[in-house]
Amino acid sequence: MKEYSFFPGCSSEHNASAANMETSVQSMCKMLDIKLNEIDDWNCCSASIGYAGGGVIPRLSLSARNFALSRQQQGDRDLVATCAACWLSMRETNERLDHEPELKEKVNIALKEGGLSYEGGIKTRHMVEVLIEDIGWDTMKSKVTKPLTGLKVAGYVGCQTNRPFGVAGDSFENPQYLDRMISLTGATAIPFAKKVACCGGALMFSEQEKSCQLTRDILQCAVDGGADCIVTPCPVCQLNLEVYQSKINQLFGTSFKIPVLYYSQLMVLSWGGSWNDAALHQQVVQPDVLKPFA
Amino acid sequence: MTYDLTFAKEVYQNSEEGHWIKMCMQCGVCAGSCPMGFLGAWKHSPRQIFQMVRAGMRDEVLGSSDMWMCTSCYNCIVRCPRNLPITHIIHGLARYASVEGKADPKQPTHLFAKDIFWENIVATGRVGEAALTMKLYFKDGIGEGIKQGLEMKDAALGMMKAKRLKPLPFRGKIKGYPGFKAMLKKAFELEQQKEGKA
Repeated sequence: MKEYSFFPGCSSEHNASAANMETSVQSMCKMLDIKLNEIDDWNCCSASIGYAGGGVIPRLSLSARNFALSRQQQGDRDLVATCAACWLSMRETNERLDHEPELKEKVNIALKEGGLSYEGGIKTRHMVEVLIEDIGWDTMKSKVTKPLTGLKVAGYVGCQTNRPFGVAGDSFENPQYLDRMISLTGATAIPFAKKVACCGGALMFSEQEKSCQLTRDILQCAVDGGADCIVTPCPVCQLNLEVYQSKINQLFGTSFKIPVLYYSQLMVLSWGGSWNDAALHQQVVQPDVLKPFA
Repeated sequence: MTYDLTFAKEVYQNSEEGHWIKMCMQCGVCAGSCPMGFLGAWKHSPRQIFQMVRAGMRDEVLGSSDMWMCTSCYNCIVRCPRNLPITHIIHGLARYASVEGKADPKQPTHLFAKDIFWENIVATGRVGEAALTMKLYFKDGIGEGIKQGLEMKDAALGMMKAKRLKPLPFRGKIKGYPGFKAMLKKAFELEQQKEGKA
């Protein structure tokens, strides 16, 4: 069994927007004999718009507190995040505190108020990196019992799982790992020009029409390419692409109704997991196209 | 216009990652990489904002809504030939404009990020998505809130049916909340010293 310290993040909580990601990731890990030990009492990482209210020291203190709790509870065990923004915030905090001693000192003065300290030395990893580096392509492929033959999938990597850090040394402009994951399930990864385009991220809340324009173009590209569904690793991408389809249809007179899934949902289904194990009952746009494989 | 570096030095000193602006060679790759640029969302690209900082255009830079158009896609960072952390410089300038009282409090991303999102996470230690959405819809009053809520009714009901949205906008505090709150209080004191406000 492989064990990791686990930072699920706010959107993976019970009854939160990425509850379907969390359920399917847990099923996937169970099938791989991976144990995710959730950091007890973790806090929000402040995501990509925390800068406005937080500035640098309060913002980085948030992630530093999560590192401190992880060390207290689990030593220097690798910390795994499933959310793109959580992963990015933790990596950024780690990088800056390790390279800027003055900043680290100030963050530690703040942490001390809560009886904690940041020491560093914990590696932050995305779940996708764990799959590629610790589990391996061959093992993932060998798990497939129900190949998703004939299913055409647009692999949408998005931004923050890809930039600025990247996954497994893959390219920023045309990363391959997600297409490889889609292919190993037996599905077909269609050529997808909007693979790393931006969905608007958190600006879906404040600049809705502009973000909907970005998202519309991504959906249109997937539909034009003949995709049956879109697959992504990012909870914000998933939310914007799936839940805002009705709004986009209202705004632009389109008629999108394309399921948007997580890589973990595709894996679980192809590995013989049930509809509910894959959290396919928790979709807003119903993934009927996957019914033949359930 | 006289060549005055006072504002540039202020930004290098006080704005997060602002000192990197010195390194910008004005190539414009950031401008051509920004997803919001294609939509005409901003008047000045990051390259232009950086040059305006160097030209001492304090009011024009800090009063601009351009920085608030950043979606945090990090395209500009990975493409910058000089490896400047452009996304973070832009975030830093947005934050500095807010701290200096120059950012329009009604600018939608400023309002959402600072008054709604940040307040939401510091209230309990974690994001409460239902409360976040409610507060966003009702920011312009009850009438506008109901209108927005109705517009997004199908999406919200779909989310609740899928058990991905709480029907009630309440959430408890994290267990270590008193320590969490004390940590942030101290962090803000230190931040104010850094931003030249203490």
